[in-house]
Amino acid sequence: MKYPKPIPEAGTVTMHTVAKATTGDGASRTLWGDAWKRLRRNKLAVIAVIWIVFVAIVALTCDLWAQQLLGDPLYASTAEMSKNTLLAPSLEHPFGTDVTGRDILCRVIYGSRISLSVGIIATAISTVIGLVMGALAAYYGGIFDTIIMRLADIFLAFPYTLFVIAMIAVIGNGIQNVFIAIGILGWPSIARVFRSAILSVKENDYVDAARSMGASDVRIVARHIFPNSVASIVVYATMNIGSAILTEAALSYLGMGVTPPQPSWGAMIQEGQTFLTTAPWMMIMPGLAILTTVLAFTLLGDGLRDALDVKMKDA
Amino acid sequence: MGTYIAKRVLQFIPVFLGVTIILFVLQNVVPGDPIRLITGGRAVPEQTEEIMRINNHLIQVDENGKALRDENGEYIPTSLVDRYFNYMNKLFHGDLGTSYQKKVSVTSIFAQKYPYTVRLAACAIALEAIMGIGAGVLSAIKRYSFWDILVTLFTSIMVAIPAFWLGMLLQWFFGILMKQWTGGAFSMPISGAGGPSSPYYDWMHYILPAFTLAAVSTAYTARIMRSQLLDVMNQDYIRTAKAKGLSKRDIIVHHALKNALIPVVTYIGIDFGGMLAGAILTETVFNWPGVGYEIYRAITARDWPIVMGGVTIIVVVVMVINLIVDVSYAFLDPRIRLGSSKNEG
Repeated sequence: MKYPKPIPEAGTVTMHTVAKATTGDGASRTLWGDAWKRLRRNKLAVIAVIWIVFVAIVALTCDLWAQQLLGDPLYASTAEMSKNTLLAPSLEHPFGTDVTGRDILCRVIYGSRISLSVGIIATAISTVIGLVMGALAAYYGGIFDTIIMRLADIFLAFPYTLFVIAMIAVIGNGIQNVFIAIGILGWPSIARVFRSAILSVKENDYVDAARSMGASDVRIVARHIFPNSVASIVVYATMNIGSAILTEAALSYLGMGVTPPQPSWGAMIQEGQTFLTTAPWMMIMPGLAILTTVLAFTLLGDGLRDALDVKMKDA
Repeated sequence: MGTYIAKRVLQFIPVFLGVTIILFVLQNVVPGDPIRLITGGRAVPEQTEEIMRINNHLIQVDENGKALRDENGEYIPTSLVDRYFNYMNKLFHGDLGTSYQKKVSVTSIFAQKYPYTVRLAACAIALEAIMGIGAGVLSAIKRYSFWDILVTLFTSIMVAIPAFWLGMLLQWFFGILMKQWTGGAFSMPISGAGGPSSPYYDWMHYILPAFTLAAVSTAYTARIMRSQLLDVMNQDYIRTAKAKGLSKRDIIVHHALKNALIPVVTYIGIDFGGMLAGAILTETVFNWPGVGYEIYRAITARDWPIVMGGVTIIVVVVMVINLIVDVSYAFLDPRIRLGSSKNEG
């Protein structure tokens, strides 16, 4: 992912450039270069990055090797079904097998595709809607601000999980609808974050300078305000990926997400519930996958927040 | 104070109307013909269907209550605005429709289910307050110590755990691995495995679900408590207290904690509202007969009136609780209401 760099135009002195001048080690002269430096010193964040990259590589390449090593994630052959049912974790099947003889590790690996894509796509949808709404509200203020923020209040008045469930109930089960529902309902918090970020940047002299030089509204937002408030959005979006993954898992657990036999971590936990007494690994393994991945995104978000020096409400 | 409450209630009204509009829109775009859903997909005689359409306010009627038809003999559907007013009218009369399958009114179903949810939420809130505030205070006064790191680590993990998975892990651990100790009360039936004559065992069934429900919010409570207490400890009046020679214990108990607790109590209050929203996941994992499980059951049975009626009831309950929390926040912390009246003037 490529981030926009702060524009070295006259008067573009941000808090970050000041902070950079005071840290004064190394040759890096950009916000992101400095942030990366600070992030590297945070051990937990580095572990989180490594884990996320690992999961992403596994998810992207699993078609090439997973099936040869571990068998079909969707259907086991009749022979496998009879001899592999509910095997405990072993060298051959590190995570054990499920009731139809499918390898659980293989299904966890394929499940990562759903989780990561839900996390990223849903967050992208919420971020885009949130950015537009937040920008309209903060930049134009007045009636725009009132209407958009009141709309955000209305959306936030719903208990989140219940709202997503009601939305899926209306638009129908299925993984695409899960993407859409989580994405659409996530905008209010991002709009709020971006709005307050803009409001704090908007008062700077360089924005006035740009305006007096005849820059258009779109140009001011895109070239001056956005790059200077993008840090808080990156932090928020990173944390949002984790919560989107959790929401997808919950929906799949309730049977509103993927259609069987497609593997999704939440759905696998639901399948495992029946075999809690005889095959606890069926639900433990996918749960660990969710826990570690969501934890990684949370820790990365925390690390980015510290590295980028973003002020957020601690909650 | 009066102005603040009035202002807050006035803000409540547009949000409430907005919420009802969203609920109404959701209800009126549910895929599938409403009549089909009521009849369970079976064909019914045309006259019965007509009565059902009239009763559900889907087609226009004349003053005698008979269905109007256009020149082609088709029914004339009612307009959306018309249906919305009808919906609101019913809402204010507590009529949220009738379950397709149970043939009972949605309100009566939820009246029966809500006590279970409230009891579970009360237990969870008690756990959350004790554990969250305790852990938060501990990690704040022993900042950067082993305990602080432990609490921070634990809260990070708790936030990342799917609630339903935690519930299952607890069932597995206490119900199966520790069977000798716990007696294997595996499914934790709240009807009471010991029977109604055994009140001692009854509350046991609350422990695991309440812990599961409280897990995430306990983590947040601990974090807020920690940052608030650290914040307050840097205030001038704490330095004054220190200068007076008070012990650290006295400072924390008598001066710091009281102020630091205000946002924490607010968070817990709002969270209680959230828990009354029916912990759909916790209740599903534990087969808890509360509102959340009822909604889950209704989703799988495609019983839309229960889903939508339930969501409506819950949203209203949550909004009212949030309103109460906001107002009591203003009671506890004069800065809030003074700040707001300053903005007015």
